[in-house]
Amino acid sequence: MNKKKVMSRVVSFLVYGIVAVFFIWAISNSYFNYIFSQSSTFLYLLKQHMQLVLVSSLLAVGVALPVGILVTRRSFRRAEWIVSNTVNLGQTIPSLAVLALMISILGIGFKTAVFALFIYSLLPMYRNTVAGIDSIDENLIDAARGMGMKPIQILFRIELPNASYSILAGIRTAVVLNIGTAALAYVVGGGGLGVWIFTGIQLFDNGYLISGAIPVTLLAIFVDYLLRLLERKIVPKGSKPPQET
Amino acid sequence: MDKWMKFLEVNAPRILDLAIEHTILVGLAILVALIIGVPLGIYLTTNDYLAETVLQIASVMLTIPSIALFGVMIPVFSIVNQGIGFVPAFVALVLYSQLPIIRNTYTAIRNVNPEMRDAAKGLGMKTSQRLLRVEIPNAFPIIMAGIRTAVVLNIGIGVIAAYIGAGGLGVLITQGISRGDNYLIISGSIAVAILAMIADGILLFIQKRYTPKSIAN
Amino acid sequence: MITFDKTTKTYEGGVTAVDGVDFTVEKGNIVVLLGPSGCGKTTLLRMVNRLETISDGKITIDGEDSMSLDQIALRRKIGYVIQSNGLFPNMTIEENVMIVPDLLGWKKKEKRERFNKLMEMIGLSGEKFGKRYPHELSGGQQQRIGVIRALAADPPVMLMDEPFGALDPIIREKIQDEFLQIQREVKKTILFVSHDIDEAIKMADKIVLLRGGEVMQYDTPSEMLVRPKNEFVREFFGKDRAIKSLSLHTINDLQEVIGLANMDETISDTITINVNHDLRNTLSMLLNQEADQVIVIDDEGNKLGAITIDIVQKYLHFEIKAKPTLVQKG
Ligand SMILES: Nc1ncnc2c1ncn2[C@@H]1O[C@H](COP(=O)(O)OP(=O)(O)O)[C@@H](O)[C@H]1O
Ligand SMILES: [Mg+2]
Repeated sequence: MNKKKVMSRVVSFLVYGIVAVFFIWAISNSYFNYIFSQSSTFLYLLKQHMQLVLVSSLLAVGVALPVGILVTRRSFRRAEWIVSNTVNLGQTIPSLAVLALMISILGIGFKTAVFALFIYSLLPMYRNTVAGIDSIDENLIDAARGMGMKPIQILFRIELPNASYSILAGIRTAVVLNIGTAALAYVVGGGGLGVWIFTGIQLFDNGYLISGAIPVTLLAIFVDYLLRLLERKIVPKGSKPPQET
Repeated sequence: MDKWMKFLEVNAPRILDLAIEHTILVGLAILVALIIGVPLGIYLTTNDYLAETVLQIASVMLTIPSIALFGVMIPVFSIVNQGIGFVPAFVALVLYSQLPIIRNTYTAIRNVNPEMRDAAKGLGMKTSQRLLRVEIPNAFPIIMAGIRTAVVLNIGIGVIAAYIGAGGLGVLITQGISRGDNYLIISGSIAVAILAMIADGILLFIQKRYTPKSIAN
Repeated sequence: MITFDKTTKTYEGGVTAVDGVDFTVEKGNIVVLLGPSGCGKTTLLRMVNRLETISDGKITIDGEDSMSLDQIALRRKIGYVIQSNGLFPNMTIEENVMIVPDLLGWKKKEKRERFNKLMEMIGLSGEKFGKRYPHELSGGQQQRIGVIRALAADPPVMLMDEPFGALDPIIREKIQDEFLQIQREVKKTILFVSHDIDEAIKMADKIVLLRGGEVMQYDTPSEMLVRPKNEFVREFFGKDRAIKSLSLHTINDLQEVIGLANMDETISDTITINVNHDLRNTLSMLLNQEADQVIVIDDEGNKLGAITIDIVQKYLHFEIKAKPTLVQKG
């Protein structure tokens, strides 16, 4: 084993070590206790958290993808920059504010949180859909039209498969972001694991903090991993980008 | 409109103060992140194994939800009595900045035309000279793009830092929420959006201004 | 058969890219659209499969007005090859080649057989390449796949827009030869865009020389070389057009007109050349050769006589300068 490899190993062990030390420290201080002592609450919050993410993400996919596809049609090209700029502007508004502003429109509760998360997930999904379709070589579309493919066939056989890498990456980014933002749903009474994190902050209770924060983190990392696997399955072998970090 | 004028009359100085606080928090975090991230990114180009490991760690770091990271940091920093306030927020922002900065530096330096690198070697430049005169200037626009990503990201995350007592514009929003005051929420949001746009604009200007003409496409 | 009848294209914004073009592509012929960049070659080609609308005039295919046909059905009967090969990166080579048959609902077995046959035509193993993806092939291989993809459903008409334009010269020559070989077999009606004079002369039964959207001359290559209709055509083919025209003639033609030189049986250091060899290659061979004598042989290997640089020059002068009327071959 050469020196460079050794160094890389040392760094990963170091990081694993820090993580391990943290967990040992947290466990020895019984910071995870609430997960077991209040397991039914924990499961309820976890389920609520996942529902928030799932419902808002599905809604966002259902809107962002069709809109992204629509604005990349020839006859709608002009609408593209209007939609894109609106969505871009929307993204500079902090997620916390999006949630907060929804209260005055929809009141407090699960629906408000879902709606805010949905709005906030649109941008990465929409942007990557448009970027993915726009990046397809114009010549491919020309060839497809020239050989007599119908627009719908071009969309499903050429455009979407070749944009799938970008589209799925957008969905993954949005969903992972969403898991984190859903932890803020507490402030609009939307529930989720954020309830414990915020309780922890307000009561200076490390147990609530850790029992809320670590599951959310693991959920985000796990879902990210899962969606990456899915990408590898779905994206056609020939249209993967040559390199990726 | 009248109500807005009145609101601003009362609150403008405070908004400005909080904006400055926000800027200092994000600015310091970015500065430290640069001091760590750029050299690390450059170093990684000489060690592929380490590059893979570090980039992976940084990318996992970025998937950690910000409120959760704060939640974890409070107990950790409580050990040294800094559980709440500037320190955990600052550390979190530095961590979040690492991926965009390291990754872009690494990719940019690695993509510097090898012929150019050879030419520099051929001219007898030392490694440090080569880095400063050839590789960094050519990698500059991509590194700057990474910094811009990090800054905009941090300004947004900085809002949430208000919940752990780090101040900044998030205070307006959190107060607005707890008091049910939409003026506070909206003014806070707009201030954050403007701050993000100004910061991005300034960095973009620097990026354009100092990118060697020959490589600006 | 494709007929252009006062075909005109004016783009939005007022550029008239194709201006009242009239000519007919006979069944089984290759007609090359030749001319400088921006003269309207691509536009003219793309009007045939209606990728561009026709502003004025019409195009008929086998007697039917193209506008009266269903656009999709029309395109499926016309093979289309473009310079950047247009292979779909998400599909394997086999899926790419078989896309039109697939759209037409061919059976799996038919498709497989057709694929293997097409791959055979370009000398690639269907077995070996079928499951690969386009990026795993060389540029030349990709371009050949692009060509057989257009041939897949056996369309009577082919449109080719600088199909070999992106390839390096050596590979381009090879693929041109291979394509002519295939064409001898499949006899498609082909409209072929090129901006390369050599390629046009080599591939064309007839050339359409365009300038600013108008037809300058529509003729066989040799006719155009020898009897340019106007100054533009003359200029376009250039001063060395006589040398270029040599590639249209074989040693056989030369023998018929002025005869070969006598062989010197005492010289042992000889090389031989087939009587069907074209004169341009023959000349370059004579200029490069190390042997003292080049003997012309027929397909059976009978020695017909010797050929020298002097004789080729004499023929050139005779054919192209003194008696231009004799050059009408096609
Ligand atoms: N989509 C278009 N809109 C407007 N003008 C065009 C368009 N496509 C081509 N043209 C113009 O039409 C002329 C002919 O173009 P083209 O047919 O592509 O030429 P060629 O293939 O011979 O190089 C050029 O002047 C070009 O600028
Ligand atoms: Mg063209």
